[in-house]
Order: sequence, then structure tokens, then C-alpha cells
Amino acid sequence: MSRALTKAAIASIGGLSLLLLGGCEFGAKQKTQTGYRGTGLEQIVDVRHVVKASAIPAPPYPLPPDGGPTAGESYQNLKVLGGVSKERFDHLMAEMSQWVAPPEQGCNYCHNPENMASDEKYTKVVARRMLQMTRNINSRWSSHVKETGVTCYTCHRGNAVPVNKWAFAQGTPHPGSILGNKHGQNTPEANVGYASLPSDPFADYLNGQQQIRVAGNSPFPSKDHVVSVKDAEKTYGLMMHISSALGVNCTYCHNTQSFRAWNLSRAQRATAYYGIRMVRDINEDYISSLQPVFPAYRKGPHGDPYKVNCTTCHQGQSKPLGGVSMIAQAPALKGPPLATAAPEGGPAAATAVPAAFNKPAEMTAKK
Amino acid sequence: MARYQNMFTQVQLRGPHEAGPRLRDSTFQRSGEGGYNYWLGKLGAAQIGPVYLGPIGMASLTFAFLAFEIIGLNMFASVNWNPIQFVRQLPWLALEPPGPQWGFKLLVPLAEGGWWQMAGFCMTTSLLLWWLRTFRRARALGMGTHVAWAFGAGIFLIITLGFIRPMLMGSWAEAVPFGIFPHLDWTAAFSIRYGNLFYNPFHCLSIVFLYGSTMLFAMHGATVLATGRYGSEREIEQITDRGTAFERGALFWRWTMGFNATAESIHRWAWWFAVLCPLSGAIGILLTGTVVDNWYLWAVLHHYAPSYPGTGVIDPATLPGAPK
Repeated sequence: MSRALTKAAIASIGGLSLLLLGGCEFGAKQKTQTGYRGTGLEQIVDVRHVVKASAIPAPPYPLPPDGGPTAGESYQNLKVLGGVSKERFDHLMAEMSQWVAPPEQGCNYCHNPENMASDEKYTKVVARRMLQMTRNINSRWSSHVKETGVTCYTCHRGNAVPVNKWAFAQGTPHPGSILGNKHGQNTPEANVGYASLPSDPFADYLNGQQQIRVAGNSPFPSKDHVVSVKDAEKTYGLMMHISSALGVNCTYCHNTQSFRAWNLSRAQRATAYYGIRMVRDINEDYISSLQPVFPAYRKGPHGDPYKVNCTTCHQGQSKPLGGVSMIAQAPALKGPPLATAAPEGGPAAATAVPAAFNKPAEMTAKK
Repeated sequence: MARYQNMFTQVQLRGPHEAGPRLRDSTFQRSGEGGYNYWLGKLGAAQIGPVYLGPIGMASLTFAFLAFEIIGLNMFASVNWNPIQFVRQLPWLALEPPGPQWGFKLLVPLAEGGWWQMAGFCMTTSLLLWWLRTFRRARALGMGTHVAWAFGAGIFLIITLGFIRPMLMGSWAEAVPFGIFPHLDWTAAFSIRYGNLFYNPFHCLSIVFLYGSTMLFAMHGATVLATGRYGSEREIEQITDRGTAFERGALFWRWTMGFNATAESIHRWAWWFAVLCPLSGAIGILLTGTVVDNWYLWAVLHHYAPSYPGTGVIDPATLPGAPK
């Protein structure tokens, strides 16, 4: 009798343990040390679940050489790409059709085939603004996109509207009541990695300019630094978004000894800093300004156009498209060298990336 | 017929119930006759009850029930009274304290954190009443009040987190939400906000007492179990005899580490370690945000944080021309 009971107890405990292990990700892990030994700076990647690099589409036809008449001389109503040669302009239009427009519509998705110069379709007005945006990113935000640059394909990936986007959240139906009111948190939400953290960090941090830093810069309390734990939870939500968008953990950028200290952080944190400002610039200057242009079915519940966040480009990879640069296939998107605006961060931004980061083993070698 | 008997392999007796000594200053007698449960007898004593609840115990349970209901119904309302979503999302659901805009206002609108205040009040009242109960029942049995003071140490940590520190900070928003994942996320956010709580020396002490408690518990439990075959549950009466379970246990520790606790002192060790764990933790919480704002920088100031080679990364916000 007691032997049968013991067996049953062992079986049930064993079964329960196996059940608890069901949440684990089995299989080989790839571990990379990324900083000084003993600081826990490392990336652990579940090899089987890593986001696969998507195929880069082949150019519609080989890039024609530069030169010849400009597009501005050949076509009417050109406001952005007038200085590009006609051959290269045509090539870019073919690429945009391939990268963005639904295949069954092609050029006609944006253009009136009877009058290609007409701005009657809203999509053409949007596309023009997006071209300005892309050239602005490639010229002014090299602190984030480096030499890799971005093209339409970085976000669109063959879709007329990028898959990963956000608009102002629907919000609580009865703000003064507890009914259906979660105060913007405590929901299993993919935005924040299924944590119970505030699940819409976008409006505050990627559209607004709300302060992300929560830890003080002095050991002691100060009247100049009154930040609630609730603000820390909001920032934490944004960080969870960045972490899941890039497929990395906290220590990809931060040293957990002090999340705040820059002199302990990895150079990637500075790249992310510029990325956050770049996203704000995109959302405020290039997308929100299109609010009257977009039809209602292209807008969120509050009538604001869909905006970008980190996932829009990154899609689970620390470098969008696996770091493959497509800019050589679309040189017109590089944008003119801007005489007035230096790269964000100034020349010092480049030196903020020490060579040591390329060889973390050197940092950890015992002296 | 069972032959090997000590307190761990107790033969379950059935007969007139053990009612305990006559109560001295009780308000009324213990209710009911009690009964036996075979399976609880596998874990502890098979006799269940009679229980002494009294007015204080009744009041404590009432307040505990109120707190439980306020928290549960708020969570249930937050999913629009949907029972399936209530079960599915339960680990995520919460009753949040008032936001920072309310400061330390006494009466916050119910939906904005007032329910949290009420739940916190009911929970605290329930705990304090139960504390009074442990104190008075110990006195009624002619015991010391060690259990009450140990329980009080835990209650002090709870009140520190949910009331005393928010009061010192002038903001209810500093308090902990009720909820399974939400209170854990709060803990992580709290540490990040105050520059890494691991550099709070009282947090360090609290961890020492926490881990120390488990180690002492393991050592003591193992010693008593290992000498159970010689009747170690009668350790006090064995102190003066040779070859007893107690002497063997003492000898074991003198052999292995040169020192042994006594049958009394081991329990003082355990009591102080357990009590100092929440007590030193509460002191650390009280100092956070009130006296120290960034524990990492405080530890750097006192040459207490280990120094690692800098990475040379510069805060972009300090560079000329960088976006803020």
C-alpha cells in the first residue's frame, strides 16, 4: 500500500516538474561575451528561435550608370529627386514599385497612369514625404544608421503599409471607473515582452519627448530629480520594447551594475540613443505631418496616422535585414550631403565607439 | 505494528482529544470539539482544533476577507467581469496604488487608487489584529511572545513598503501594487529607479539573514532529523546525558566545524536571523529615496562598488549638437 503511494507521489512530483519545465526553451544556446569578465555582459541566443535573415530582393534590373539628363528635366512636378539622373530615377521608381506597391497595382498604386505627374492620389503625396524622410535618415541620422543606411524596403518589406506600426492606443472606455481599466498596464502585451509593465510606451517616448532617464545623477535626493517608480516602470516598458524589437537582452547595451552609467555601457547604447531620437524625428516631422493626407482607413482609432517604433525596421534583429546594406542599389536615397546639418552627435559621436568593442576578449584578458 | 516511533513517524492516535490547558484570560472558550485528519497527520499533528478565534481573530479574518475581495473584484472588473479572462490574465492583473499626481492625499478617488488605499488599510488592520492575537494567545498560554515579535518584523516590512516610505516620500505612487507579476515588475523598476538596490548595504544585510536563515534551518533540521533515531525531539532533557541524540548532534558539529550551538542557542540564532531579514530590509527601504537616491553612485562615493574598466562610451546628451 505505502509502496504504491510512494510510487504515485514520485510520479506526480516528477510529472509536475516536467510540466514546469514546459515553459523552457530547450536546445543549443549560443553565448557571446560582450564585455569585461564577471560583469554578466553577454548575449545568449536560442539558436533555433533566432529570427532568420529575410531574403533581400534582387534589383528589378541592374543599376544604370549615373549621368545624362536629370529627372527634373525629363518629368514634371518633381520636388525631391529632380537632381537625380533620369536613368537612376526610373530605376528607383521600379524599385519602389517592387518594395512597396501591391504587385497587381504597380505604378498605379501611386500614379494616375493618364498623368504620372498628378498628385491626385494620396499615396503619391505620402511617397514623396517618405522619400524626403529616407534621405533625411541617411544623411542626418548616420549616428544611428551608420553607413548601412535605409531604403524603403527596410520597413516596407514588400507591403504597402509596414507590418509593424503603432497609433495612439484606444485607451480606457471609462477613465473614471475601474471597469475595463488597467491603467495602461497589467496586460500580457507583446509590446513589452509580455511583462505587466505599462504596455504603450510609444506615445510618451517615441512621439513625445518624455524623459526616459529615471536614475539620478547624484547619490543623494534632489528637488531637481523627482521621478516616480511609476515612471521607472514606463521606461522599463520602452526598454522591453527595444529588447524584443532587436532580439537582444538588456546587456546588449547596459551594464547591470548601473543601468544609468554611460562609462560602463556598451557603444550600442549610444546607437540606441540616436535611434530613439531618430524615431521621434520620423514620427513628428514626417508622419504626423501627413495626418490630413491619409484617408481614415489608414489611421488609428484616434485619427492619427500609423507611426514607427523600433520593430518597424528591426523586426527581431539587432541590425535590420541582418545588417545587409541595400543603399548601393538605390544611391538616390542617400540624399544630398547636407551643408547645414552635421551628423547628429557631431564628430565626437564616431569616437564614442571605441575600438575595444570590436575585440571584447582584449578587455577581459588578465593583465 | 509500527515499532520505530518518534515525532516524525508518529503513530496516529484516536481517542479523547487533546484540549490543552484551561485558558486564563480568554473571552470565550475554544469553539467545537475538533477532529482528526489522516493526511494532515502525515505533515503534522493529526488532531485538528479546537480552534480559538475570539473577537480579535474574527475581526482580523473579516478585514483579511475585505482586502482579498477588494483586490480580487478590482482585478475582475479590470477584465470587464469576464471570468475566462480573469483566470487567463490573473498573474498580470493588479490593483495599482494612486499615481504620482495624487501625492500623499488621504482620500483618493476610488478608481484612481482609492480602492488600493482601502485594500491596504484592510490588509494592514487584519495583520495587526492577527499580531495582537498571537501576542495575547501566547500570554494566555503563559508563553513568551517571541512568535508575535517575529511576525511583527514581517509586518513592519510590509507597512514600511506600503505606508511609512510613501509617507516620507510624500507620494502613494512609491508603494507596491497588489498583483502577482505587477509587484515583481515593481521590484525591478524600484531597483532601477534608485540606481541598483544591490548596493544598498541594508539590502545586503537582509540577503545575508535570508540566506543565513535557510542555512541555519538546514543545519538545525538536518541535525535533529539525523539524531531522531536516538530521540532528538527530547533534546532538552538529553542535554546532561551522555550518548544521547543531543550529544551526538553536538559532537558532530564540533567534529566538523569545531563549534556547536546549544539546544537553546540554535533557536536564538534562527530567531534573530529570521527577524533581522525583514527588519534590515525595511531599514534599507526606508533609506531609499529619502536619504540615498542612487545606491550605485553612493557605493562609488564610499569606495564600495567594484570598479571595472570604463568602456569609453560618452553620454550622447553631453555631446555638442546631439539631440536631447
